[in-house]
Amino acid sequence: MIRSKKKTKSLPAVSTASLPDIVFILLFFFMTVTVMKDTNLLVENTLPNAKEAAELKDRDGIIELRIGKPLKKYESKVGMEPQIQLEGKFIRVDELQGYVLDMLNQMPEHNRRKATVSLKVDKKVGMGIVSDVKTKLRAINLLKINYATLNGEGQSNL
Amino acid sequence: MPRRKGAPEVNAGSMADIAFLLLIFFLVTTTIETDSGLDRMLPPIEPPTEEPPVIKEKNIFTVNINKNGQLLVEEKIMDIKNLREAAIAFLDNGGAAQGSPEYCNYCKGKRDITSSDNPNKAIISLKNDRETKYSTYITVQNELVGAYNDLRNREAQRLYNQDFVKMEAEYLNPETPKDTRDELKDKVRRIQELFPQKLSEAETSN
Repeated sequence: MIRSKKKTKSLPAVSTASLPDIVFILLFFFMTVTVMKDTNLLVENTLPNAKEAAELKDRDGIIELRIGKPLKKYESKVGMEPQIQLEGKFIRVDELQGYVLDMLNQMPEHNRRKATVSLKVDKKVGMGIVSDVKTKLRAINLLKINYATLNGEGQSNL
Repeated sequence: MPRRKGAPEVNAGSMADIAFLLLIFFLVTTTIETDSGLDRMLPPIEPPTEEPPVIKEKNIFTVNINKNGQLLVEEKIMDIKNLREAAIAFLDNGGAAQGSPEYCNYCKGKRDITSSDNPNKAIISLKNDRETKYSTYITVQNELVGAYNDLRNREAQRLYNQDFVKMEAEYLNPETPKDTRDELKDKVRRIQELFPQKLSEAETSN
């Protein structure tokens, strides 16, 4: 009897009053973790996979160099050959040292010692330009480098 | 007395919708960045007056990559799958005779006298072509770093019952408390000295 009585009554609606709060919490979470991309990619940049890669914990004192084939829309300007991108512009290999030293000078003193060049190189690029960059960096005594990779089985590159 | 009512309450019913819109916007634009990579030190440019040190041929493990991505390891063609094993065998060989100053008491290799004397002496020389693809190069680097890591993990397990990779990551993490880091520093250094990374890269050939 009691059961049938209850069935006739419709279920009480779930209160959605706290929904905005939940959504706001999620919103704040994503707002805080979001890092807006500060530079647009000018070059193709698919990183290779590596299993032994260590996570780059310290974001201070990192100079990011991207190397890869220019995107389609820049081909008319710089050609098809792999190019170096530093902070939203193309630079030539012989300009590299000047720019990198400039960036080093702008860094706070305590970061200069641990300055690392993070090489984000497209996996289809030949080693030629990469070794040119390495020779240039050696010449200005910036010896700490990091080959940026994605986490994954190394064999899958081939 | 309508004045005492004050301003009418704003309808907050659409708050959830607005928040949802923002949430979806941030969800779409978020890329949680976890930068990872292989750390390397470039060799400093040596002063031209200094004479290069004499290194025995047997202490050098040569790896050549040609432009088609094929490997020539110690003058033999090798598949990339076998590279790590070969590198470990070379590094862990410990060929110096017992009693000599270079004897390696923690090595577990074959103690082949035609291979490396001691992990301190063992050098891996990597040479690549200008047209070698970067992905191949990274794969080879990954395998070689992996070989060192495997050996260091083994020693760290033996001495401290921990993985070296974990210890190093904790040591390098700036959020680790300072006294833990100081304690780890000695351990990490010690393991690194047992198997120092000596990876030499020749100038690329054309």
